[in-house]
Amino acid sequence: MAKYSLKINGKTQQVDVDPSTPILWVLRDHLNMPGTKFGCGMAQCGACTIHLDGNATRSCVLPISAIGKSVITTIEGLSADASHPVQKAWLEHDVAQCGYCQGGQIMSAAALLKSNPKPTDEDIDNAMSGNICRCGTYLRIKEAIKTAAKK
Amino acid sequence: MKNINNSEAVAPPSGAGGAVSRRSFLRSSAIAGGGLMLSFSWFSSAQAAEKVEALNLADQWSELAAYIKITPDNVVKILVPNPEFGQNVMTSLPMMVAEELDCDWKNVVVEMSTHDNVKYGMQFTGGSNSVRMYWKPLRNAGAAARQMLIEAAAQTWGVSATEITTKAGVLSHSSGKTAKYGEMAAKAATLPVPKDVKLKAPKDFSIVRNSKKNTEGLKVVIGKPLFGMDYRVDGMLIAMIQHPPAFGLKLKSFDATAAKKMPGIKDVFSFKLYEDGFEQAGFDTRTFNEMIAIVGNSTWEVMNARKKINAQWEAAGDTKDLVNGRAGKKEVTVPGRLETTSKQLEMMAEFANGRQSTKPAQQLRKDGDPETAFKNAAQIIERTYNAPFLAHNTMEPMNFFAHVEADKALVAGPVQAPGWMEPSLTKLLNLPADKIEIQMTRMGGGFGRRAYAQYAYEAARISQKMKAPIKLIYTREDDMTYGIYRPMYTATYRAALDANKNLIGFHVIGGGIPENPVHANRFPAGAVDNYLAEGWEIPSNITIGAFRAPRSNFNAAAEQSFLDEVAEAMGKDPIAFRLDLLKRAKENPVGKNNDYDANRYIGVLELLKEKSGWGKPENAGKKRGVAAYFCHASYAGHVVDMVMRDGQPYVESVTSAVDCGVVVNPDAARNMVQGAVVDGIGQSFYGALTHKDGVPEQNNFHNYRMIRHNEAPKKIDVHFVENDIDPTGLGEPPFPPVFGAVANALFKTTGKRYYNQPFMSEQPNAKS
Ligand code: FES
Ligand code: FES
Repeated sequence: MAKYSLKINGKTQQVDVDPSTPILWVLRDHLNMPGTKFGCGMAQCGACTIHLDGNATRSCVLPISAIGKSVITTIEGLSADASHPVQKAWLEHDVAQCGYCQGGQIMSAAALLKSNPKPTDEDIDNAMSGNICRCGTYLRIKEAIKTAAKK
Repeated sequence: MKNINNSEAVAPPSGAGGAVSRRSFLRSSAIAGGGLMLSFSWFSSAQAAEKVEALNLADQWSELAAYIKITPDNVVKILVPNPEFGQNVMTSLPMMVAEELDCDWKNVVVEMSTHDNVKYGMQFTGGSNSVRMYWKPLRNAGAAARQMLIEAAAQTWGVSATEITTKAGVLSHSSGKTAKYGEMAAKAATLPVPKDVKLKAPKDFSIVRNSKKNTEGLKVVIGKPLFGMDYRVDGMLIAMIQHPPAFGLKLKSFDATAAKKMPGIKDVFSFKLYEDGFEQAGFDTRTFNEMIAIVGNSTWEVMNARKKINAQWEAAGDTKDLVNGRAGKKEVTVPGRLETTSKQLEMMAEFANGRQSTKPAQQLRKDGDPETAFKNAAQIIERTYNAPFLAHNTMEPMNFFAHVEADKALVAGPVQAPGWMEPSLTKLLNLPADKIEIQMTRMGGGFGRRAYAQYAYEAARISQKMKAPIKLIYTREDDMTYGIYRPMYTATYRAALDANKNLIGFHVIGGGIPENPVHANRFPAGAVDNYLAEGWEIPSNITIGAFRAPRSNFNAAAEQSFLDEVAEAMGKDPIAFRLDLLKRAKENPVGKNNDYDANRYIGVLELLKEKSGWGKPENAGKKRGVAAYFCHASYAGHVVDMVMRDGQPYVESVTSAVDCGVVVNPDAARNMVQGAVVDGIGQSFYGALTHKDGVPEQNNFHNYRMIRHNEAPKKIDVHFVENDIDPTGLGEPPFPPVFGAVANALFKTTGKRYYNQPFMSEQPNAKS
């Protein structure tokens, strides 16, 4: 076990866990922040996507020992009242079916728009193809990203 | 104000006795017994989060009918009886109540009800049944509550109830008196629930048929806990299981010394899912009977400890299950062989051709004289279609919470059929039903998989042993290698044409491991004079379960590709050919038991033809495939437009037409059809679960290919047949015809017919 101090969603949080513990489980089990989801545990589905210094990162394969001074944002921290343009666009297009993948989709989309405010269809496919939606909401996700890009 | 229990509910759903609920007050007490529940709220609405949270504190609810509660300040709470797995019942079912209650949708909050078959009816999500089965009961409840509010106002004002009207949650009398529902709710709750209520005519609907946003959409986009995976109480432990690595193996022995020494680990032990002689209900699927449980403080610690277990496995041999399912009580022998996909295909091929087979098939339907028709045929077309096992791969892996105590139990998690698991839980835990509370969390997908709640039983077993609240979590690998798959299927279709290229005979023989897919009374039965349907099954230890539109998802692929080839051989347009057959089935049907309504089938095809511009000159250059299918109680068809992109076939756009009766929430319904189209393309192109010596060869998304963003169509236009037929269901019917339309578009795009799924791993055969 080792003590870590993490900057998450603008707050500093202390945890005492094994250094190999992925951030996904630190968030879910130790900090009671279950918005970040477990889907595959091997960086194949994107359900666990967070921002590490603003970049979309799969938290299921990111051990806490690798974080250093980096800043973490989770879906809970994107905005708590759905005021972020991507969350707004998601609601406008009523994207979700089961909803399980959507936190990860939103985090990937928000990171994309930050680095590329006017993405083409191809840019969206490239940035989003690591995020599986088993319910097949891909069309609405693409529409929502385009709507958010206009804001 | 008291929470008056008026559950002499209005026209309770089938199976509901309308008696006062045994369990309506259990939820809070059971939670208290299970530790304080953290951050899990059952309320949702389209309103701001803080407002919804504040409502949790309101104890001012007056209950008017089983599903409806109203506060003095006009908040209407509507309980949703059926579990939510993405089909949006948390919105569509309350819309049906609100329509007849005549309340303001803005004031509605929704809540997943607890499990109580007596009070709330079947509470089953599956079979495209939620809206269909609750269409009358929920509207009756809304209408009855409205009637009670009118009666309360009439008594208060000393006027006749017939002089009072309602609109958007306001009662008005001809004298000019008005009151909001909240003002009359407490009094209304003391009145008897009327038995006969009048429901609105569809032309008067103002909420139903008007798109409403997902009531849980807000919680989804801000990452609120909603799912079984997110369920948590104080002091809860995390559990995982280790199941045998292959179908046909069982636990021989294990050494957990090292695992138990790992940090955070509470215990490692083996347990039996069912005791010997346990009588399984129809949905108590058993894949493995003895497993190892690992229990500890946190998920990562349990995952790591599991790797340290040294387990020995041995051949299980043939085993027996005592099953009391739909077909009555019987002993089922489960063969012990370790299966390999190539061998499975060989076994199936022995059956696949009924004429040469030495193995018997069961005759399912026969019209006219098919033998003679085929003997006299000028041309016979015969094709065989294959499809592999599919894993459901719900995005949220299986999981369940359980807190089993000496005299009561609370279980909570994602489950499609809580009513089916209850009787088995009472036996497993030796507790009466009224001491077991089942809570239904939002499911991260279901697709049929969560109708089989063996993971909930495992959680209950583990909690019982640990004497502690636990949450069982499957990893993706546990989930994908546990079985309960879509079965493996094959079918041979034959068509007999006379010298004038008329279709004079039709023969289908189909089977699977371990289930026969053939729906003998479906189209084209009823449209061909000489018709024969046969089926066969090969038992297996690989467990299977319902998968979005069971059997139909294969039949539509095979039959709709075959009809395309028959139309081609006859020199007919594929839509015109289907319409000719349906016209025959409508005007002069062959046989009596035809499952489908030819009129509705025709309606869907005609809408599809119109909306896709089928046969129009502007579409002449497109590579298009069409298919339409009836399943459950609805009709759906698609035209798929395919192109070659980077050397690979790609579905660029899709036009869909659906007849599911009244569409309750149109935008959400379009979302579901679009999802079904994407799902169908993905499964038909890539989906496959194969085996080697009983071991599943795919175990996570690196080797089980799922459709992704870049592979989804750019456009899916969805059109509904407009009619006033009571809703007939939507979750499954649009899914099966996607497979056939994709196969037919592949032919147009590549010049080759595809017979074996998944299409993208097939070496396509030019037709034989
Ligand atoms: S859970 Fe991290 S990518 Fe799937
Ligand atoms: S909405 Fe269900 S997995 Fe994406």
